Amino acid sequence: MIAETGLAALWLAAALALLQLVLAFAGLKGNKPELLNAVRPAAVAQGVLTAIAFAALVTLFMRSDMSVLLVATNSHSMKPWLYKFAGTWGNHEGSMLLWVTVMGVAGAAVALFERALQRNAHMATLGGQAAISLGFYAFLLFSSNPFARIAEPPADGQGLNPLLQDPGLAFHPPTLYLGYVGLSVAFSFAIGALLTRQVDAAFARAMRPWVLAAWVLLTLGITAGSYWAYYELGWGGWWFWDPVENASLMPWLAATALLHSVTVLATRDALRAWTIMLAVVAFSMSMVGTFLVRSGILTSVHAFAVDPERGSFILALLALYIGGALALFGWRIGSVREGAPFELVSRETMLVVNNLLLTVILGLVLIGTLYPLMTEAFGHKVSVGAPYFDRIAGPIALALMVAMAAGPLTRWRKDQGRAVGKRLLLPLAIAFLVSISLSLFAWGRIGILPFLGLVIAVAVGVASLAPLWKRKLLRTPLFTYGMVVAHLGCAVSLAGMACDSAFTVEKLVAARPGDVIQTAGWSIRFRQITPIAGDNWTALQADMDASRGSSSVRIQPQSRFFASPPTTTSEAALLTRWDGQLYVVLGEEVEGSRWQLRIWWKPFVTLIWLGGIMIALGGALALIGRERRGWLLKWRARNARMEGGEA
Amino acid sequence: MKAKHQRLILALAALVALVGAGLLAASALKDEAAYFYAPNDVKTKGVEPGKPIRLGGMVVRNSLKRAADGVTIHFDVTDGKATVPARFSGIAPDLFKEGGGVVAEGAFDAKGMFIATNLLAKHDERYMPRELEGMTYNETTHEMKAEK
Repeated sequence: MIAETGLAALWLAAALALLQLVLAFAGLKGNKPELLNAVRPAAVAQGVLTAIAFAALVTLFMRSDMSVLLVATNSHSMKPWLYKFAGTWGNHEGSMLLWVTVMGVAGAAVALFERALQRNAHMATLGGQAAISLGFYAFLLFSSNPFARIAEPPADGQGLNPLLQDPGLAFHPPTLYLGYVGLSVAFSFAIGALLTRQVDAAFARAMRPWVLAAWVLLTLGITAGSYWAYYELGWGGWWFWDPVENASLMPWLAATALLHSVTVLATRDALRAWTIMLAVVAFSMSMVGTFLVRSGILTSVHAFAVDPERGSFILALLALYIGGALALFGWRIGSVREGAPFELVSRETMLVVNNLLLTVILGLVLIGTLYPLMTEAFGHKVSVGAPYFDRIAGPIALALMVAMAAGPLTRWRKDQGRAVGKRLLLPLAIAFLVSISLSLFAWGRIGILPFLGLVIAVAVGVASLAPLWKRKLLRTPLFTYGMVVAHLGCAVSLAGMACDSAFTVEKLVAARPGDVIQTAGWSIRFRQITPIAGDNWTALQADMDASRGSSSVRIQPQSRFFASPPTTTSEAALLTRWDGQLYVVLGEEVEGSRWQLRIWWKPFVTLIWLGGIMIALGGALALIGRERRGWLLKWRARNARMEGGEA
Repeated sequence: MKAKHQRLILALAALVALVGAGLLAASALKDEAAYFYAPNDVKTKGVEPGKPIRLGGMVVRNSLKRAADGVTIHFDVTDGKATVPARFSGIAPDLFKEGGGVVAEGAFDAKGMFIATNLLAKHDERYMPRELEGMTYNETTHEMKAEK
């Protein structure tokens, strides 16, 4: 019954999306306001229905209802409840249901909370959102039905990939999807603006909170995913340039560019066409990413099932939506008036530079990700790996950081190059000092990119605080703080990356119980190996005492064995200190009853994710700041009106 | 300066950046196209020592030897036409075994030994490195064949 309710809700939501699209189109075209009145309720109902469908699937997973095919193939009754719950989206169909749910709920939110947009543009935006949703409903219902039943339910399911059985599964995919799919709102805004020819500062101010919200969640999702891969895979790395990682990075790069260009449009009414283009590109990148991940052309923990039919379906959707949006862009953009001009030395130019560099990185990552697929189509197998991405993205990202330091210190509209240089004097001096001291202390031990990375990180960190210099801190608007925190976060993250690649100490040994291993100032006593058992796994666990100075801490890396499906995973032991992380992986037993141990001391590696969280926090502050200002203005206006009425 | 000129300068800067990026990508990809090697490619084309590559093939049976330190292994990688000796220090993935497929990241040393820094044999039983798809390994003759 639950499965059928979910399926019915999904069909109903799809029908409503169609209705919403037709109503919006007919209402706008025929200028019939009575038709438009039904658009918002349709969007809200759609949001509720998708939420119901999603809740139905979660319930089926929680109850381990093995008569549902998806549950039987992806869950197991012995699994801890958290993974039954989160396992809902740990498979192809469930994750696509999460996708349309986010899309439906985002559409409902636009219908309910968007007040700044003009009515016609608002309706056109909701029509656009319905149009995209429709394709994904069709994909779900025709080729990936999550609610399909099986005639003979098995007693137990096949289980969830053990790599996914981690608390990270409850947080990373939903957050990432909220951001990833949340970008569809920006896409729909662009469609609405093109259809109604309303591209101006007011439009940008209406779109900005949606872009910010999606971007914040995307940032958090990527940060969480990176940390998860770092501790779960046991390889000690935090980014592998895996196509699936690139699939989340590309929308983030586009959204970051969009975030900055929409600010230019909102503040100075410049970069009109470019902003619209970026809004289209950002969600297009989300769709390209989904195609890469869900079509089965890649091998990865994220690619759950290989099914060529699904791949062609998503490819068709991709062509339809991206092609359609670009065609609309080409057709209508000529009628969008040119925005306000600006001087060469100005904040606007700096933001153009930011956009240019972000777009270039995006393009290079896209080429690197798609190149192997394209050559394979011609029967030639090529793999593009970390060396390519490090080599091209590294230097440009560093240039971007430099632009980021200078941008906030440049005035809007017009500034003097000399004045900007003067404001940058302190960061430059600090960069100079850092490079001198690094050369003295770490010469020969540090590569050129980590070296530049550290120098730039410190200088950018100082420069990002500069906008607060000589200001009354309590009267500084919240969104300025948002920018400062986010930019500082970039510097913090960069510092973490540079420290990790420059100063990590690795030790590889085969040790007997009783041995003491010395590395990087740590002394690790290997006590014993004990077998232990969890809910649905057994493990060999090493008991060790790690000490640095006087106090010692127990750490317990494990090698876990899962019965269904049969898999071994390595659970690294992580010991976090203010100045870094100790990372210990237990390997296999070798002759002489010795155990392989891989130990890393990673100085300041945690800064990478701390920076990610700061970037997201900065976005959240900016969002709250802008919104609060809007509420305050409205509230004041209303008070003024009421007082006027009383007098 | 007139607004038009400034736009022109910006557009030119953008063009230069894009062309530069394109060239960068092209040159990087040209190197990358030579990133994956099967043992026979190593023999016929030659790889300079120290150049980071991916070496893919099957681990030859009875070639796996563990050094006294307990963490270094020596093994041979074959594609049926040529065989390359390799060395790896670290914790090998569970699915790394004799007769199994492997993609090793690393570089050759001066003596022609492949020093692997990373072994890719992913966690899924069904995982087959992309580059090895369509190759089969003959258990008795230790030969690998590329399927047409």
